[in-house]
Amino acid sequence: MSKLKILTKGFFKENPSLILVLGTCPTLAVTTSVNNALGMGAATTFVLLMSNILISMLKNVIPDKIRIPCFIVIIATFVSIIDLVIQGFLPALSASLGVFIPLIVVNCIVLGRAEAFASKNPVWDSVLDGLGMGVGFTISLVLIAAVREVLGAGSFMGLTFIPSNYNMLLFVLAPGAFIVYGFIMAAVRQILNNVEAKRKAKQANA
Amino acid sequence: MEYILMIIGAVLVNNIILVQFLGICPFLGVSSKVSTALGMGVAVLFVMTLATLVTSALQMYVLVPLNITYLQTILFILVIASLVQMVEIVLKKMSPSLYKALGVFLPLITTNCAVLGIAIKVTEQPVIASHGFSILDSTLYAVAISIGFIVAIVLFAGLREQLELVEVPKGMKGVPIALLTAGILAMAFMGFSNLV
Repeated sequence: MSKLKILTKGFFKENPSLILVLGTCPTLAVTTSVNNALGMGAATTFVLLMSNILISMLKNVIPDKIRIPCFIVIIATFVSIIDLVIQGFLPALSASLGVFIPLIVVNCIVLGRAEAFASKNPVWDSVLDGLGMGVGFTISLVLIAAVREVLGAGSFMGLTFIPSNYNMLLFVLAPGAFIVYGFIMAAVRQILNNVEAKRKAKQANA
Repeated sequence: MEYILMIIGAVLVNNIILVQFLGICPFLGVSSKVSTALGMGVAVLFVMTLATLVTSALQMYVLVPLNITYLQTILFILVIASLVQMVEIVLKKMSPSLYKALGVFLPLITTNCAVLGIAIKVTEQPVIASHGFSILDSTLYAVAISIGFIVAIVLFAGLREQLELVEVPKGMKGVPIALLTAGILAMAFMGFSNLV
C-alpha cells in the first residue's frame, strides 16, 4: 500500500464513524455544534496519533499476551494529558464536551487502530494511519454537526443566521442526532458505492 | 421517595443510551435479536454495578485523600478492565451456566463507554444532591442506569427483528436504517423528559 493511500483511506473509504461504525458515542453526543465537533475531532486525532506512534515504537517490547492492557494504559495516559490541557486552556470546550473527553479512552477507534495497525507496522506508517483516521473522524463529526447546527440552532460555528423562531429544535436534541447520523451514513455509503461501480465499469470497458 | 425519583429518572428520563449517548456500540452491535440483547443487558447490569461500587470506593478512599484525582481516567479504566477479567474467571468456575449465557459479552464490556462513563459521572456530580457523594447512592444509580440500558436495548432489538422483514433502499440497509429507528425510539423517550 502506498504512503498516500495509508493516509487517505481513513478520510472516506474506511471512515471510522461512517463506514466502520466505530466511535459512535462521541459522534452522536458532541455533534450539537461545529465547534464542539472540531474540538472533539482534534482531541481524538491527538490521542490517535500519539498512541499510534508510541505503540508502534514499543511493538517489539510489549508481550503479546498482555498487549491490550498495555495499549489501554498508553492511550489513557495521552487522554489524561489532553483532558488536562483542554481543562486548562479551553474551559468552555471542556464544559460542553464534559465526560466525553475522558471517554476517548474507550473509543473503539483508538484501540482498534492500535491493535489492527500500529502493533504491526513501522512508526512512519502508523503516523500516517493515525493522522488519516483522526482526520476522517473529524470530517464525519463536522458533517453531522453542520447539519444539526444549521437546522437545529440556525447557526454555523456560533454565527446565527436564522431567527430562533424558525429553528427545528429536534435536531439539537437526542433524536436528531440519530436521524442525521443515519441519513449522512446512508448518503456517504451510497456515493462510495456509486463511485466504486463506475470505476469497475470503466475497468471492464478498457 | 428521593430514591424512587432517582430510579425513574435514571431509567426513563435520562436513559443512558437514548438521552446520554453512552454505550451506543453494543446498542447497535448486539441488538439484532431480543435474546442476545437481553444477555448483553444483564452482563452490563452485572459489570456496571460492580465497577461503580469499586470505582466509587477508590475515589472516596484513595484518590481524594491522596489528592491524585488527575489519575482518575487511567486508574478507573484499569480497574474496570481487570474487574471484567476477574468476573469472567470467577463466573467460569462458580457458575458455568451463567458464564455460557454472558461469556461472549463480557470482554466487549471493557470498551463499553457506558461503564467508564457512569463511573466518572457519579464522581463529578452526586447522584442525590442533598446526600453528597456516597458509595451506596452511586451503586444504586448504576443499577438503575443499567435497567434503563436493558429497557432501551430490548425495545430496540424488538424493532430490529421486525425491520428484517422490510424492504429497505440499498444505501439505507444495515446500520443507517437502524439509526433512524433509534431516532424515532429516542423521540418516544423524549415524552418522559418532564416526568421527574
